[in-house]
Amino acid sequence: MSQDWRPTCALELLRLRAQMLAETRRFFADRSVLEVETPLLGHSIGTDPQLEFFTTEYLLPGMACMPEACREQDRRSPTRQTLFLQTSPEFAMKRLLAAGSGSIYQIGKAFRNGESGRFHNPEFTILEWYRVGFTLPQLMDEIAELIGGLFSGQSLQETQRVSYQDVFVSFTGLDPLVFSYQDYSAYAKESGLSEAVAICGHDHPLWLDFLFSHKVQPQLGKNVLCMVYGYPACQSSLARINEHNALTTDRVEIFINGIELGNGYYELADAKEQGNRFDKELAIRQQQKLPVSVKDQRLIAALQSGLPDCSGVAIGLDRLLMLLSGSASIDDVLSFAIRRA
Amino acid sequence: MAIYSTNEFKAGLKVMLDNDPCAIIENEFVKPGKGQAFNRVKIRNLKTGRVMERTFKSGESLEGADVVDVEMQYLYNDGQFRHFMVPDTFEQYQTDEKVVGEAGKWLKDQDSCTVTLWNDAPLAISPPNFVDLAITETDPGVRGDTSGGGGKPATLETGAVVRVPLFVQIGEVIRVDTRTGEYVSRVKE
Repeated sequence: MSQDWRPTCALELLRLRAQMLAETRRFFADRSVLEVETPLLGHSIGTDPQLEFFTTEYLLPGMACMPEACREQDRRSPTRQTLFLQTSPEFAMKRLLAAGSGSIYQIGKAFRNGESGRFHNPEFTILEWYRVGFTLPQLMDEIAELIGGLFSGQSLQETQRVSYQDVFVSFTGLDPLVFSYQDYSAYAKESGLSEAVAICGHDHPLWLDFLFSHKVQPQLGKNVLCMVYGYPACQSSLARINEHNALTTDRVEIFINGIELGNGYYELADAKEQGNRFDKELAIRQQQKLPVSVKDQRLIAALQSGLPDCSGVAIGLDRLLMLLSGSASIDDVLSFAIRRA
Repeated sequence: MAIYSTNEFKAGLKVMLDNDPCAIIENEFVKPGKGQAFNRVKIRNLKTGRVMERTFKSGESLEGADVVDVEMQYLYNDGQFRHFMVPDTFEQYQTDEKVVGEAGKWLKDQDSCTVTLWNDAPLAISPPNFVDLAITETDPGVRGDTSGGGGKPATLETGAVVRVPLFVQIGEVIRVDTRTGEYVSRVKE
């Protein structure tokens, strides 16, 4: 008989997950950070060309189970709306911050289409929190406290903080902030990655993704929590540009044993700059013939109304659980991985 | 031939890479939270046997390779070529030592083996995991020795040399694991 109905994780992992969630909630309760929930279904979605989203159809009330009537009425006024499953709760949480919520956190699901593998499941659990008045270094301290606490009793030795530039130079000898096609290509060929030249061409951010994924990340955080800050400005995403070095951005990524666990920013609060970044990404989407995303005008409006200075970070809790339990695959920590969902 | 995208790459899939037929061994999805998705693929060149790692941008594709494994009977060696036959159809194939490679030393006339065909031409030969072969040459055994403990070299009827326990004699048939080249047991006829 088929065993497909069984969980993909061991039952012990259900307990470990519950314990991790309880400790995390206690951590934030002790610091008076408010737990919030925001919608998984939204009218708009992030524009990041690297994130594929799930699209769903919302039938307006009274229209369910009446496909014929819908078609008839659609000609006069729409009976259904496109809704997106959120790739992260970031935009909604920023709207809460702009509305004056103060520091908040959320533990919830996020959805990313087309992502499946040893470290990816298209539906996953995310912990995201924002600290009003925190600079990025202050947030990094708090990340270290949370993770250190969760790993207490285990062999996580210390916390490393290293700049993206330093760590990139030390593993590749290349400067990540200044692109040189010649140097990058020569390095790729020397290190058995000659296919990078054809894949990356003259695309600096793509080179950084390629080389960082292959040559830097696997070496990061051997039994330590490693925080890499000062990402190149071309990989700024939703972070502010650093006020002392315009080539870098106030963004941090955290790693343990070569696994990417999370990503944080000193949050971009400039509505105009945010609008520009959205437009740029929408243009790339159009150019690459990717699914059309809908720019979040409500986020822009919230930023215009005023986002308090804050830092925020999102952590993949399934991957954290992988590390806490020494699991080799994300399937081993999920009740039902996508293939059995 | 079909075209396969990175999301279809799985162990055993045969594809063309750098004009050579290859078999995918492992496919790992690599994606930074904010960044390009890649597939890091471990792949074996079926011509050379070499295993290499190659990265693809997710969504890239490769042409499938017309590679099939066929059970055949090994017929004979004419000095220049080895000859094989498909038992059901009596269709015959011949190939030189370069393709036969290491497998040659385990091939006994009439035994079956797996012939990998690429565009209907032999690409590689794999012997069965276990073969039974007679010993044609080995030092006389030491009386009283019944277990392993050291052992001695023995030449088999196909020319292969394996280490056998001291008690095994010329003319006896032994079973050998072709993956490790190690003696398994004596075979009673």
